[in-house]
Amino acid sequence: MPMPPEALNNGRSQTHESMWNDYNASGYMSGTRTGVDADLVRFISQEKNEPDWMLATRLEALKIYLSLPMPAWGPDLSGLQLDKITYYAKALDKQAESWDDVPVDIRNTFDRLGIPKAEQEVLAGVGAQYESTVIYHSLREECKAQGVIFEDFDIAVQEHGDLVKKYFMTGISPHLHKFAALHGAVFSGGTFLYIPRGAKVDMPLQAYFRMNAKGMGQFEHTLIIVEEDAQAHYIEGCSAPRYGADSLHAGAVEIFVAKNSRFRYSSVESWSKDAYNLNTKRAIVKEGGHIEWVGGNFGSNVTMLYPCSVLEGQGSKADHLGVAFAGQGQIQDTGAKVIHLAPDTSSNIVMKSISKEGGRSIYRGLVDIGPGAERAASNTQCDALILDEKSASDTIPLIKVKNQSATLAHEATAGRLNENDIFYLQSRGLSEAQASAMIVNGFIEPIVKELPMEYAVEMNRMIELEMEGSVG
Amino acid sequence: MHTLEIKNLRVKIEGKLVLDDVSLSINKGEVVVIMGPNGSGKSTLASTIMGHPLYEVESGSIFYEGRDITHSKPEERASLGIFMSFQAPPEVAGVDFYPFLFEAYKSLCIARKIEPDDVFTFKQRLDEQSAKLQADGDWSKRYLNNGFSGGEKKKSEMLQLALLNPDFAIFDEIDSGLDVDALNIVGRAIKEFSDSGKSALVVTHYQRILKFIKASQVIVLVNGKIAVEGGPELANQLEDQGFNNINR
Repeated sequence: MPMPPEALNNGRSQTHESMWNDYNASGYMSGTRTGVDADLVRFISQEKNEPDWMLATRLEALKIYLSLPMPAWGPDLSGLQLDKITYYAKALDKQAESWDDVPVDIRNTFDRLGIPKAEQEVLAGVGAQYESTVIYHSLREECKAQGVIFEDFDIAVQEHGDLVKKYFMTGISPHLHKFAALHGAVFSGGTFLYIPRGAKVDMPLQAYFRMNAKGMGQFEHTLIIVEEDAQAHYIEGCSAPRYGADSLHAGAVEIFVAKNSRFRYSSVESWSKDAYNLNTKRAIVKEGGHIEWVGGNFGSNVTMLYPCSVLEGQGSKADHLGVAFAGQGQIQDTGAKVIHLAPDTSSNIVMKSISKEGGRSIYRGLVDIGPGAERAASNTQCDALILDEKSASDTIPLIKVKNQSATLAHEATAGRLNENDIFYLQSRGLSEAQASAMIVNGFIEPIVKELPMEYAVEMNRMIELEMEGSVG
Repeated sequence: MHTLEIKNLRVKIEGKLVLDDVSLSINKGEVVVIMGPNGSGKSTLASTIMGHPLYEVESGSIFYEGRDITHSKPEERASLGIFMSFQAPPEVAGVDFYPFLFEAYKSLCIARKIEPDDVFTFKQRLDEQSAKLQADGDWSKRYLNNGFSGGEKKKSEMLQLALLNPDFAIFDEIDSGLDVDALNIVGRAIKEFSDSGKSALVVTHYQRILKFIKASQVIVLVNGKIAVEGGPELANQLEDQGFNNINR
């Protein structure tokens, strides 16, 4: 039986409950403004003491933003009031190097999200962004010794300007779409990660992005450069509390994977249900390189996110694994893009979605085999689980083949929970809710097992609680 | 008091009558055998006793240990001590076999108000029972019934039976899809279950499984109705003459 939304919220796991319901005072918002124009862009650049080239880049992106139309496809964005968004807000003046120096309310937020604990136990480095700026950053000494650079993006602009200038917005052009241009104009904070040639970082590096204030916009920029024969794993987590007023997340992730290197990018996005998540992620992969995307999308009102791999080098590889959960009032329009430009490139896309309580999940994908991509191979598997009559799922795969030697496969399934499977588990003593949760968790298991442990556990728990609210 | 008592059961699936006026009773320690041609309602009867939501009880009732379970949920029936071995156990991808078994076991213990064994003791029992059933290969790394052969699926059912410790079991065509060796293993496990004083309802096409167990009664279903009932000799008669020639 469907439950009222309140009951569902009560059913959430503790972390999710806290992630979406708790927020801190935001006195720092009093000096901010809504809407975006050249004055604001100049202000942001000045605040960050940016070099002239960066200001010019921002202003050019703003011009492109103003000239581009809203996307003519995909979910309806007419509810997004861009002039009501606060594009820049600085909660703290100074970045901390110790959690003890982070104000207690903000520190508590990250404690509840489990970040400092994970930092001690399983991470090689941590970045924490709150609103528009990074408030904490750390990197283990052994990584520093290898020459790894893991920094707040704003600091990297100052300290590693040449590297940033060489790559910034070259993976994602502001001409790509309106929100890429907006990002180019107002980006703030984010991650700069540089893995030098031959370096292998075994523990993952993690950044967490938290929006706190009402009507906030967050535009962090993640720039990752992985040099030849290097290997690393980076995780992003994101969340925001729920206000009943729209917030906007338009981040950008640019990853450059050099020859024979391997990089895994994992992300779990749990924006609140009044956030528009319009995110752009792209990897450029050279000869023999391998990019792996592992993503979980939960929360948010509308998500549009299609991580893209550009396979430029011979024998380069892309894996895209994703799971999306669309609950009441949510649209998860997610997918993957792979552009094969070189011979012997291969890609594998596995996407799973769950739709519930009127939620809608859409797989939107592009596999583009260029004329030079001899013997390219691509495999796509999309599975949708639709939990009730009110919910829906669509699969919109686009495949372009300009080289006849390519091998392509696409398989899509959509279905409901199988009544007989549930009966089977019930006959063994499990309740209907337990049985359903077990089957739903089983459905996403191939993806979830690739996520960092703490996220996987949290995700399984969330699904158990979601199922308790929806059956019986 | 009977272990199981079914009174004048009428069952519909999607409006169609599939069991008509079925009554039977099973006492403690007894094995009752249900036979009949395809589509006669044998499996329907099994699933209705376990509480499959698809099967709608129009009238009549089912009592277990004197308690009316006609409308109980499947998990409630399981906690009372009823188990069903499925004719075609579903393959549940993504659900790890061993953790599932332990979860089910713990749920049943909680419902039965008994202290569950810890995971190590449970695993030990699991290994013992697996060895006994010659459940070869490492099942700890497999999903529930996923990619199991026909024989493995039936062994999976018998393994679950052994670990979940019911008092009454329904075996729905446990003998189908088994080779001779597997049939012997499964047959012996059923005998052991029955010899320990527990009751069973055995649904089967063939007489071959009956050599392992001592049936107290054989019931033949035809078109959803009890066509004939008798002692164990009825099974032999059916084997010789076929369902169409039995004395109604």
